[in-house]
Amino acid sequence: MFGLGILSGLLIVPLCGAAFILTLGEETEAVRRNARWAALATTIVTFLLSLVAWGRFDISTASFQLVETHAWLTDTIRFKLGVDGFSMPLILLTTFLMPFCIAASWNSIGTRVKEYFVAFLVLETTMIGVFQALDLVLFYLFFEAGLIPMFLIIGIWGGKRRIYASFKFFLYTLLGSVLMLLAIMAMYWHAGTTDIPTLLQTRFPVGMQYWLWLAFFASFAVKMPMWPVHTWLPDAHVEAPTAGSVILAGILLKMGGYGFIRVSLPMFPDASHYFAPLVFALSVIAIIFTSLIAMMQTDIKKLIAYSSVAHMGFVTLGLFTLNEQGIQGALFLMISHGIVSGALFLCVGVVYDRMHTREIAAYGGLVKRMPLYAAAMMVFTMANVGLPGTSGFVGEFLAMMGAFKANPTVAFFSVFGIILSAGYALWLYSRVIYGKLEKPNPQGILDLDLREKIIIAPLVALTIYYGVHPAPILDTFAPSTEALMQSMKTALSTTQTAAVLPAVSR
Amino acid sequence: MNAAQIVMPALGPALPELILAVGVLVLILYGSFKGERSVEGVNVGALLLIVLALFVVVSQTGAKITTLNGSFISDGFSRVMKALVLIGSGATILLSRDYFQRERIDRFEFPILILLCTIGMMVMVSANDLIALYLGLELTSLASYVIAAFHRDNLKSTEAGLKYFVLGALSSGMLLYGSSLVYGFTGTVSFPGIVSALHQSAGFGIVLGIVFVAAGVAFKMSAVPFHMWTPDVYEGSPTPVTAFFASAPKMAAVAMTVRVFIGAFPDVTAIWQQIIVFISIASMTLGSFAAIGQTSIKRLMAYSSIGNIGYALIGLAAASEEGIRGVVIYMIIYLAMTLGAFAILLALRRGSEMFETVDDLSGLSRTHPVMAFCLAAMMFSLAGIPPLAGFFAKFYVFAAAIKADLVALAVIGVVTSVVGAYYYLRIVKVMYFDEPKAPYEAMAPGLRIVLGLSSVVVILFWLLPAPLVGAAGIAAKSLF
Repeated sequence: MFGLGILSGLLIVPLCGAAFILTLGEETEAVRRNARWAALATTIVTFLLSLVAWGRFDISTASFQLVETHAWLTDTIRFKLGVDGFSMPLILLTTFLMPFCIAASWNSIGTRVKEYFVAFLVLETTMIGVFQALDLVLFYLFFEAGLIPMFLIIGIWGGKRRIYASFKFFLYTLLGSVLMLLAIMAMYWHAGTTDIPTLLQTRFPVGMQYWLWLAFFASFAVKMPMWPVHTWLPDAHVEAPTAGSVILAGILLKMGGYGFIRVSLPMFPDASHYFAPLVFALSVIAIIFTSLIAMMQTDIKKLIAYSSVAHMGFVTLGLFTLNEQGIQGALFLMISHGIVSGALFLCVGVVYDRMHTREIAAYGGLVKRMPLYAAAMMVFTMANVGLPGTSGFVGEFLAMMGAFKANPTVAFFSVFGIILSAGYALWLYSRVIYGKLEKPNPQGILDLDLREKIIIAPLVALTIYYGVHPAPILDTFAPSTEALMQSMKTALSTTQTAAVLPAVSR
Repeated sequence: MNAAQIVMPALGPALPELILAVGVLVLILYGSFKGERSVEGVNVGALLLIVLALFVVVSQTGAKITTLNGSFISDGFSRVMKALVLIGSGATILLSRDYFQRERIDRFEFPILILLCTIGMMVMVSANDLIALYLGLELTSLASYVIAAFHRDNLKSTEAGLKYFVLGALSSGMLLYGSSLVYGFTGTVSFPGIVSALHQSAGFGIVLGIVFVAAGVAFKMSAVPFHMWTPDVYEGSPTPVTAFFASAPKMAAVAMTVRVFIGAFPDVTAIWQQIIVFISIASMTLGSFAAIGQTSIKRLMAYSSIGNIGYALIGLAAASEEGIRGVVIYMIIYLAMTLGAFAILLALRRGSEMFETVDDLSGLSRTHPVMAFCLAAMMFSLAGIPPLAGFFAKFYVFAAAIKADLVALAVIGVVTSVVGAYYYLRIVKVMYFDEPKAPYEAMAPGLRIVLGLSSVVVILFWLLPAPLVGAAGIAAKSLF
């Protein structure tokens, strides 16, 4: 239609929804209702459209599909969209989580409803854009543009320290990203284009790779977030409204991992190989250190936020094992964590809406009043721990298997993360759900209502389904992972031969 | 035959300037005959003249033509920069109407002074020798001193005018001194002549001359370390005049700087590049750090403009075609952002009371959602966040710096832009996160036009960047 493909459609539909909501006029009760329904309809249409794209997607090949190119800045910096095995599942995850976010904000957002949903829909466009962009400048554009709506979401609808949290979130991520921008420019002048498929074929000089890798690392490490630049995340999570936390944990954190797999690993193979020990060290510290911090938290959201940092440690660990199991595991963990942590934040939102506190100490004995809620929370807690049979297990297991192959010591230390995660997650569960129902607040609390059941049921189902049958996701990643392994192997072997040859000739 | 040619140089290339010059004389006569009742007519006439001149500028051919014994040049660069100057001046007249009527200083001299200033700026842009440059500069400056003090019963305004005059005269002196040194060591004032003279040798005298010229132009651009006048003059002048200082003369000053360094000293880049790099770093740093503590929006915009000049100069420091293209794109987008921001500042009024502090924006998103949305877009754009236009402005200058191996400059630039993002975000925070105050009056139609157009440029630039980027490309090409 109008020379635009289905991927452009995925970008345009949420924007159209946002434009429609903007035209609704003065905020009255009727307008609020219309805005909610319009936002929900838009996100559902986007999800359906992404399913159509999924239908047209061929999982047997590693090449970019559904590619569309439009003229943009110059002949060499173009508006190019496309998907492959790495990006398609993340796009589906994004479009899948959005309707839940809208539904979770149904009653809890009472002021400036119009602006809220506009911000969310714009955010959806930017997130989908990051995963679709096949041009680095376009990638950067969407990567950064997402900061604006998220800044507003945290700052307007957040908790008590929302202003501090929103500024910290914005400036931290901005500082990381600007260095990436300079690296993109350096790549542009070297390769003559920012077209990602072309850059994937370009071999940058090894010395240059190190600098480029570090510049991209600055951006992706903050976004992931990796220890020690993770401190923005707990603040942002705690202060953001429920749906904002879901999106942060579910999608925004995945952008860093996606960046590593899209840019750092394939374009700078030598540098990735060289810096892998650094990433291992940071990942292991993140896994152990932030798990310990998570144990000591008194705020439910903060605890889950720190656990997210620990899980992202597994992702970076898996990615930089540079072997197939590790990368597949990391990618699977990204999807799984997107569902599970999103679901956990939704669950926290459920009780927060009722009691307006996130203090663990204020809860206890919820199972007596909320049996359904306790059951759902149980599934997600177990998935967060990585219990076999839940989706959390598959990713962590594969990532550690890869780590063992690459470096057994690292694998040894990372296992502590699993033990500690059992510690903090189960302890949280027992303090909130079990125990005596003696605190004043939870006495009259009600179990899930219909809306909440509809939100939580599919997530429970997916968590268990992918735990038992992970093949659909792994098969989608597989061809792209294999192609990546192949190209990295060739790249690394040529560098090593090049290093050996002069020595031999002497 | 020959004699006739000497007497009558080709005036075609200077047609826009001539239109304005003749028009302004007619308007002065009209104004002085009809007195204060002529204000409306003079304003409309000035606006029409600007539109006409803009039309002529746009429809001129792109070829490089010199005239008036080679002292006046018309090329792609001058056309684009003149168009920007004219847009800035036209927008100022639109912005000023409502303000001057309410402040009861609605006099017909204002549009006339703006026009005189505009003629001077256009001569600066088109100057092809040092004398013409100085003439244009002085015409602009003299008119500027007067309009800075236009609110003559107001202490701050008269102080601003006096301050601007004293410091401006000093800097003009430095420029003139530098020019005379350059003339002394090369034997010519024309830019092509200087280029060929410097082919043979460039002694210490030339270095001295270039330093003084750089100091003079840095003052006009309000670049550090010659920026001291800017916050005071911006704060003291009537707000529409501040909008004018932040827009049109900036365009002309940057165009003049580019013209002097690229047009007259292209072969001695090594001498002036380090000066420009220093000025650029100093301006970016001071602009972003000093603005943090400001409470007055006008002072904040002053520091913002200092910082922005620093970013634009990154492109000049690269001394390449890409760099100059970056400068031109930067100035186009900066013009849109500045005019939009000032249109909103001018709309903050209740009755005869004007509001100028950051706190007065508190909760603007509740009382005036459209205005707040536009100002937020301007602020995110000034901070350089994509997809807004300000990102592309920075993108092109940084890309040029990377290509010219000025990596340290680029890194300092992006880091200061993150610092700068803090104070732009603070404005967004005040508008969106804080509690609302009483609503302001509805915007005047002139302000609406300016705000609407600049918002379109800032918000939708990323969808269709080709026309502006293409125009900037043509402008840059004509200098190399």
